[in-house]
Amino acid sequence: MAAATGIGRSTWGLASGPGTAGPRLAAALLLGGGWQALAMSGLLFQDVMPPLQVLAGGLGAVVLDGGFWANAAVTGAELFLALLIGGVAGAAVGLLLGVSAFMSAAFERWITWLGPTPKIILFPVLILLCGVGPGSKVAMGAVSCFFPMVLSTAAAVRGVDPVLLRVARSFRCGPWQTVLKIYLPSTVAPLLNGVRLGFGLALIGVLLAETKLSNQGIGFAVMQAYARFDMPRMYGLLILVVGFAAAVNIALGHGTRLAAGVAAGRDR
Amino acid sequence: MRAGAALFGLVVVAGLVGLVQVAIGAGFIDEYTVPRPMEIAAALPRLVREEHVASRFLVSAAETFAAGALATVVGTALGAALFRWPLLRRSFEPWAAVLAAAPLVLAYPLFLVLFGRSSVTVVVIAFVSALPPVVLQTVSGFSSVRPVLLAVGRSFGLGRRSEFRHVLLPAALPSVFTGLRLALMFGLINVIGVEFLINLGGLGALINDLSERYDLPGTWAAIGFVVLVSVTFFVLLDGGERWLRQRG
Repeated sequence: MAAATGIGRSTWGLASGPGTAGPRLAAALLLGGGWQALAMSGLLFQDVMPPLQVLAGGLGAVVLDGGFWANAAVTGAELFLALLIGGVAGAAVGLLLGVSAFMSAAFERWITWLGPTPKIILFPVLILLCGVGPGSKVAMGAVSCFFPMVLSTAAAVRGVDPVLLRVARSFRCGPWQTVLKIYLPSTVAPLLNGVRLGFGLALIGVLLAETKLSNQGIGFAVMQAYARFDMPRMYGLLILVVGFAAAVNIALGHGTRLAAGVAAGRDR
Repeated sequence: MRAGAALFGLVVVAGLVGLVQVAIGAGFIDEYTVPRPMEIAAALPRLVREEHVASRFLVSAAETFAAGALATVVGTALGAALFRWPLLRRSFEPWAAVLAAAPLVLAYPLFLVLFGRSSVTVVVIAFVSALPPVVLQTVSGFSSVRPVLLAVGRSFGLGRRSEFRHVLLPAALPSVFTGLRLALMFGLINVIGVEFLINLGGLGALINDLSERYDLPGTWAAIGFVVLVSVTFFVLLDGGERWLRQRG
């Protein structure tokens, strides 16, 4: 796929030359075949590890079910709001830490320390603060993506070429103009990468919060499938979520590289 | 300036906590939502006395180390295999990257069905979530070994096996340690998270317990304790990795 776009690099910028599509496909077939053989062998309960045709059936049933799309819309809206709130707040704090060495020395360690702590444990508190409805899920996702967004924005801002900043100063740009004309265009690539990291964490935050306490959303649908022991349906939902996460990751990865290429071209 | 700035940061954070205390006293913040910081601090000894924090801590720590060790051993072996056979790498590395970006922990109901509601489930989920990043980290670690080192090895006529033993492994050891750090980090995050979600075992379940009892100061104190534990753990891991890199 990467070869077809002519970029010749895999999505995550990992080393892989052109012609990786064949081996990748072969690996998928191998894994699928292994799964099928194990499922048909009867060594494991077929309910728990259903053969591929049952999985495909489950996937089809989920996609054709109107309830799934209603749940997907709820989760999608929560995720969008979470990314908007957490992303904008994170970018603002990151900008502050990036431009001011003093603020960075004062506060960045707190962000670095809190960044990798498990966020889901805040959920009981967020329920109290934002209610049992979608509000607490949005808050969960926003808190999750805030930290990577701060750190990647701060690093991106610090990486801006000082010459550009001196040019802005000699043109007497105000703070807003400097942010809009210098910082924003020259940090698009690292910012997109921050959004990619934040997206993954926000998705986990929103979905896990939905599995814990909710009456709508994809996380809720997964718990319903679990409660009814409808394993094909649960696999179908999980496959769709993983596929969605992978697709967004690929898109943002391409965007990051595109922006980095544009930036490199401009500097030349 | 750095020390002054760090002090400033500490003062601001402490000031915010004090502000919350005052705001609750003045009725600006509902005390049934946010308990007074002093009450939260006062709840800590009670947690230690009545809620078996020490043994819960040991449960979570044991699960974290089990998952982390498993992910390090399996992940490093898989990563080394992917590096050793380029075809294998071209075939499977993209899928490892997909899994590393996927919200695997959402599959916890599936693991509940497979392994029952037990510590095994917690460890397996943490292991599965930590594995893809460790594999990717190991492959990139081996790949970033300087070609000149390999050339020296070849000029000494080293075979595949002794090249791995005497050149690749020592050169890639720092990134293997990075893999170990990643495994333990992902391990801790997922162990606490899953304990909280399925209300089983260690510190995560403690938070869930207390919040379901509507013991607000206790819930906040337990959250604070878990944050403190994980921050200490990450700082130690970071320091340990830096120490090893300097020695290596």
